[in-house]
Formats: sequence, structure tokens, C-alpha cells
Amino acid sequence: MTNPDPKLPPEPVIDSRPLASGEVVVPAPSPRAASIKAIGVGGAGVNIIEQMICRGLGGAGFAAVNTDNQSLAASSAAEKIFLESKLLRGMGSGGDPERGRQLAEENLPKLKAMCAGVDVVIIVAGLGGGAGTGISPVLARVAKETGSLVLGFVLTPFECEGGRRLRLAQHGLSELKAAADGVVCLPNQRIFKLIDENTSVLDTFKITNEFLCEGIRGFWRLLTHQGLMNIHFNDLCGVVRDQHAESAIAAVEGRGAGRAREVAEKLLVHPMLDGGQMLGEAAAVLVSVIGGPELAMAEINRVMEQISRHAERAQILMGAVIDESFRDRMVVTVIATRKDGAPSKLESRQGGGESMPADAFSPGAARQGSRFNPRPAGDSARTRKGPAKMRQTQLALEMVSKGRFDNSEPNIHKGEDLDIPTYVRRGMALN
Amino acid sequence: MFEPSSIIVGLEIGTSKVCAVVGDYGADGALNIVGLGQARSRGVRKGEIADSTLAEEDVRHAIAEAEQMADIEIRSVFLGVTGGHVRGFNNRGVHPIVSTDREISEDDVQDVIKNAKIINLPAQNHVLHAIRQHFLVDERDGISNPVGMFGSKVEVDMHVVHGALHRLQTAIRAVKSLQIEVDDIVFTGLASSLALLTNEQKELGSLVIDLGGGTTEYVVYSKGIIKHTGVLAVGGDHVSNDLAYGLKVPLSRAEQLKLEHGSAVVDESVKGQTIPIPNDVGLPQKSINIEHLRRIMAARLEEIFQIIGQDLDQAGALDYLRAGVFLCGGGTRIPQIAKLAEQVFDMPVSVGKTNSISGLKSALDQPEFATAIGLAKFGSFQQRKRTVKASLAGGIKNTFGQLFKRG
Repeated sequence: MTNPDPKLPPEPVIDSRPLASGEVVVPAPSPRAASIKAIGVGGAGVNIIEQMICRGLGGAGFAAVNTDNQSLAASSAAEKIFLESKLLRGMGSGGDPERGRQLAEENLPKLKAMCAGVDVVIIVAGLGGGAGTGISPVLARVAKETGSLVLGFVLTPFECEGGRRLRLAQHGLSELKAAADGVVCLPNQRIFKLIDENTSVLDTFKITNEFLCEGIRGFWRLLTHQGLMNIHFNDLCGVVRDQHAESAIAAVEGRGAGRAREVAEKLLVHPMLDGGQMLGEAAAVLVSVIGGPELAMAEINRVMEQISRHAERAQILMGAVIDESFRDRMVVTVIATRKDGAPSKLESRQGGGESMPADAFSPGAARQGSRFNPRPAGDSARTRKGPAKMRQTQLALEMVSKGRFDNSEPNIHKGEDLDIPTYVRRGMALN
Repeated sequence: MFEPSSIIVGLEIGTSKVCAVVGDYGADGALNIVGLGQARSRGVRKGEIADSTLAEEDVRHAIAEAEQMADIEIRSVFLGVTGGHVRGFNNRGVHPIVSTDREISEDDVQDVIKNAKIINLPAQNHVLHAIRQHFLVDERDGISNPVGMFGSKVEVDMHVVHGALHRLQTAIRAVKSLQIEVDDIVFTGLASSLALLTNEQKELGSLVIDLGGGTTEYVVYSKGIIKHTGVLAVGGDHVSNDLAYGLKVPLSRAEQLKLEHGSAVVDESVKGQTIPIPNDVGLPQKSINIEHLRRIMAARLEEIFQIIGQDLDQAGALDYLRAGVFLCGGGTRIPQIAKLAEQVFDMPVSVGKTNSISGLKSALDQPEFATAIGLAKFGSFQQRKRTVKASLAGGIKNTFGQLFKRG
């Protein structure tokens, strides 16, 4: 794949972001005027968009992009772009991201026209196939070129879908990350915790789509509703930029007088957050609180207290909005983002470190930082080498010292060496 | 001061301490504790001697202290032994009654016991204890004395505790080198249970867990007899080691943290609490998260109980424990250890008190000394038998002599 193509354009756009953000994010008192468009890409993306349309999300435009005519025909999105492939006679991209990418490149003007004049483009896609994986990065690039802010909400395949799809998805994800302002990635595999043996395939996909919808809605409300506490869109992107190995999205609802406590309790036992464990491992946590006009500060405080106690090391970003129609309901959406494993730690730290000053200090400093930061080079190198590196696995030879029992007779019980600390053998995480 | 023969000394060479208890075996048969000596143990790992020079020195200190306190000279001791190599199992002996009237005589009983003691063990293993359980006459269970009964066949169950000969000799050698005789070697788990349990508790069914520094011993009593014994070479040392590894502190600091802030149960109240630890000059100030400390400890302790529970479950001994679980050993000092054990075993758990022994109140109240006191108690039983049956005592001396000749 041609890496420089999706790589190069984002840089100047990131630099010019402070300019763009002035138009997008409106100060607290006035209602927000940002125009938002959610674009579903590929089969999965179109389905999710469809689901969102069904559930009704006000104030947004919907669009669908696919290489498969049938999928588009079933969609009720306002705008549809059919990327026609002569080779396969409109039967899709054949699971080849390269073909999807080429089709998108051929139809650049169409995509550009779709993104024109939109402030925030949300790309929704399922990675691992041909269309979603190939088109999303191109679309993100195009959207950035037209001056929009780009946010990706993507699903990665189930592990049982095979190594190839996973690799393609990883590859596509890293390209999308490079092109978009922020990406929230929800691995389908996490859903297994939520379903039981008898859940049908149809329902399973519905649930994954539902979660993605909830996440998007959480974002959405923060951007479109009257804010008690506003989140700067740049902050929003900073949280999800560059540090996403995977994200977990949880939306819970509380009602009545004890709603804050109810919400906090539900969050901590939420299966998507691994019963609160995910919060502890998260590098960034985005919390969106939505309530009726009576939403009390103490209630927000109560929820946030719980979350911040569990997510000690995370960068927490919260926003609260008021929606008249909520009355005594309170909905909290949490997007917890975990960093990649050890190898990318340095990179993501650099990324995080860069994004914060970019908002906090002068744009000049940010520009300097991004221009001289070695990160893009490292990123592109990773993109290129990514798949090859992934195949070379490391043997799990972590040496656990036995301390004072080093020289004594080993204590083997049912194949376990009891001299090694129990919490290590049981894989308990201390954080 | 005392008649030499009435003095019984129990010596335990433990992983964390060496402890000698001097008991005075009075004419009325009651054991009175008159002296106690202890020393920090340095040469023992997982209940077995790893450095005999250091171990000998520690034993000398402990013995000297006990001698001074009791104002006697110690010539012989009952030595407690343990280690991962010690195992227990049940064995059954059969003897047909050949006499015409089918009445079971004293000789038949002796024969069946002899048969039950024939155990197929590897040559390097030595039988520590062969404890009689119940007799069966024609498959009728639970008979404690079949003499005078009628039947065609008598059987007896024995609980056999054995260990690796060479490893047992290491401990004996360390004591012998101090010119002190070893009366007998006793499995420490058995000794602890002798010190803790009353006859009623043995009858009802109890589990004794001795949470030591390097090993954890457990003994199950039911219907007055020993049903099951076992040793797990995991103890308080492992807890300290886990903490040192997990909290990245030196072992000595880990030990101190364990004593000051440890608990067997992770409370909600300690979540997020940290404690600063004093640092050496030039090193950055460090703080320890109490929740992590407790989680590491709880994981280890819970595992110890779980392994014991699984073993007892396999042996089918869990259903007999109507009196509950009794804990002793230094591990009992861990706060809320009984609560944790209650959660794992799902039955009443209490910290054992040394029973039916009079003497130094301060010594008897400590759970750490249960083993050494039990050793003295074991000795007093032996002494009683010896006075009653001189021949049996000779037998013990003989097997013991053989133990040495074999090595």
C-alpha cells in the first residue's frame, strides 16, 4: 500500500486545526451550530448508520458509502455513494482493501462533495473487509482536506474471523489513525462477554452495532446539545488520538432520586468495562453526562468521583449537557480507551504529550512540535512494517524471580510452581 | 530440681524460629510447662534445614534459653519435623481369625496391626508415624477394641505418615551435634493438633491448619482418630516474598509491611490508600498502595486454603468436620485470617488455644508455640506408654536406632 498518501496530508491539517476549531466549537452560552455528518462505510458501517437512523439522532446528516449496491439499496440514508467496480460488477470489493482504496481514489470528487461544508465528519466502519478498511482512510483524508474534523468509530473483527482479517483490520486501523483526528476502536471480541451461548449471530451484530451507536450518541450529544460543561472538540480528539489499542463503550441510565448512585453502580459492574477493570487500565476516559434540567452538580460529582477513583492513571475528560426531554433520567456514556501494549507506549505518550500542549499553548508551539516530532516517521515505519512485525511473536518467557526461594526445591502443585507469587500466576493486575 | 525422667522437651526447628518447650510430666499424668526458649531461625527454608551451621547455632540458643528458664539441663528432646516431602496416607491390614470359636484375642489384634504396618514404600522413605484408626470385624466399621468379639476376619486401618529418610536425618544430625539425644521425631502437624484439640473436638471432627513460616501443615481428626494429614511447603515466607516482588521492596521491608499493614481480606476501606515508606538517603520517596499489598497477601493465603480444601475434598475428609477449623502457627497473627478461612471452607473457623496443659500462661496463649507444646505433649504420651509398657518404649528406641544405622 502507498503509505505516504494517507500520511502526508494530515500533517498540515493538524497544524491548521486551531483555525478550524474556531468555527466548530462554539462557547458555552450559545447553542452549538456545528454541522455533523455520520458516514457509514462498507457493509457494517452502512448497517450501523441504518440503526442510528432508526433510533433517531437529531441534527445530523447521514451518508452511506459502499461498493456493494444491494447494501446501499436497503439503506435509508439521505446520501448514498456507490463506488462501482467494473471488475466485480457492483458486487463489492471482494474483501480486498487495496481495491476498496483504489475505488475510493477514483471517486475522490464524489467523496469530497459529500464532506464539503460539514464541520465534523464521523466515519463509521467495520474493519477487516474490503470496503470499510480500504475506503475509510481515504475518506478521512478527503474530509480533512475539505476542512472538516474527522472522527472514526470502528469495529474490529471477531477473532474467529481469522488472522488475515484481523491483520487487515489492524493495518486499516493504523492508516485511519494516521488520517483522522481521532479514532475510537471497539473490538467485536469484547462482545463475547455480553452474550450467552444461545445468542444468534444476528443479535450479536446488533449488540455490537448498538454499542457503537451508543458511543457515537454520547459524542454527538456533547457536540450538539446545550452544554453545562463543554468539551472542546480538540480535547475530544486528543483523547482518542494515537493511543487507542482498543476502546470500550458503556452507556448506562439512571432514573429518579438515586439516579447518580444507580449510574455509578451500573458502570462499575458493566461487562464492557470488565467490571471497572477497564477503567483502571485505561489511558483516557471520556465521560458524557446527559440529564434533564434538574441535573445537580452533586450528581455529576458523584459519578465522576467513582470513575476517577477507578481510572487513576487515565486522562479523564468529561462533559455534561442538559436535554429537556430527559426529565428525571440521567444517561452516562463512558468511552474508555486503552493504550497499546509496551512497544507503542513511547509513541502514544508522545502523541498524548503533543496533543495536550497543542490545546494549552500557542498554536506556534504545537506546529513546531509536530513538525520536528519524530512521531510521523515512526508511525509510517510502523504502518509499513506493521503486518510483518505482527507475525513474529514473542515467546512468553517472562522470568519471574522466585526471590528467596531461588535455590530451594521447587514447589510444584498441579503443574504450578507455588514459589511464584500467586497474584502473578493468577494474572491479577496491580495498577 | 526435677527428676530427669519427668522432664520432657519439645524442640521445633521452624523456618522463622527455633523453639524449645520444657514440660514437667507430673505423677498425676498432667503436663506442666516450666520453660520456653526461642531463637530466630536463619538456616531453615520451607521447614527444612538449608544451612546446618546456622541452624545448629540457633538451636543452641533456644535450648540454652529454655534451660535457663526451667533451671534444668536438657539431655534429650522430641524433635518436630516437617517439609514438603512428608506425606500421609491410609493403609489397611487384614487378619483372618483361625481359632475354632472365632473369638478375637489380643494376639489377633497384634497380628492385624503388624500386617497394617507392612507398607510398600521406597527404600529412602521412613515411616514417621503409623497411627491406628478403627478396627473392622467382618466389614463392621468403627470398632475401637475388637478383643473378645467374634468374627471370621479382623481388619485395621492405619494412618501412615512418612518422609524422605535423608532429609529427616539432617534435622536429627543438627540436634545430635549439640550432644542432645533425640527421643523421637514427630510430624509437627500432628504435634500442633495434639496441643490444640480436645477429645470432644477430635470426636466431632476438626481440621487443624498450622500456618508456619515456611510450611503449612494440616491434620484432620474425625471420630477421635486421625483421618488425613498433609504438608504444603508454602507459608508466611512466601507471603513476604510475594510482597517483595509485587511491591518492589527489599525482603526485610516486605516482612515489616506484612506485619504492620497486612490483612487476609481486602477491605473496601483501604482502596486507594497509600503509605509512605522511609527511604534511604538519595533515593526517591516511595509509597505503597495498601490495597495492592492486601490483594497480594489475600491471593496467596486464599490459595493456601484452597489447595488444602481441594486435597481434603479429594480425600473425602471435608464432610466430617463438624467442629470446624482450628488455626495455629505464626500465620494466625494476620488480621482477619479466620474470616478468609471461613470464606474458603464455609465452616466455623477459630484460632486454636492450647488446651489441657497447665503452666506458663504467656507461652500457652501464643499460637506460634502450639507445635512445640504439642511436641512436649506427644512426649508425655510416649512417657506414659513407656512406664506402662516398657517393651513398646524399647521398640521405639530400636526403630530409632535403625534409622541411624541405615543412614
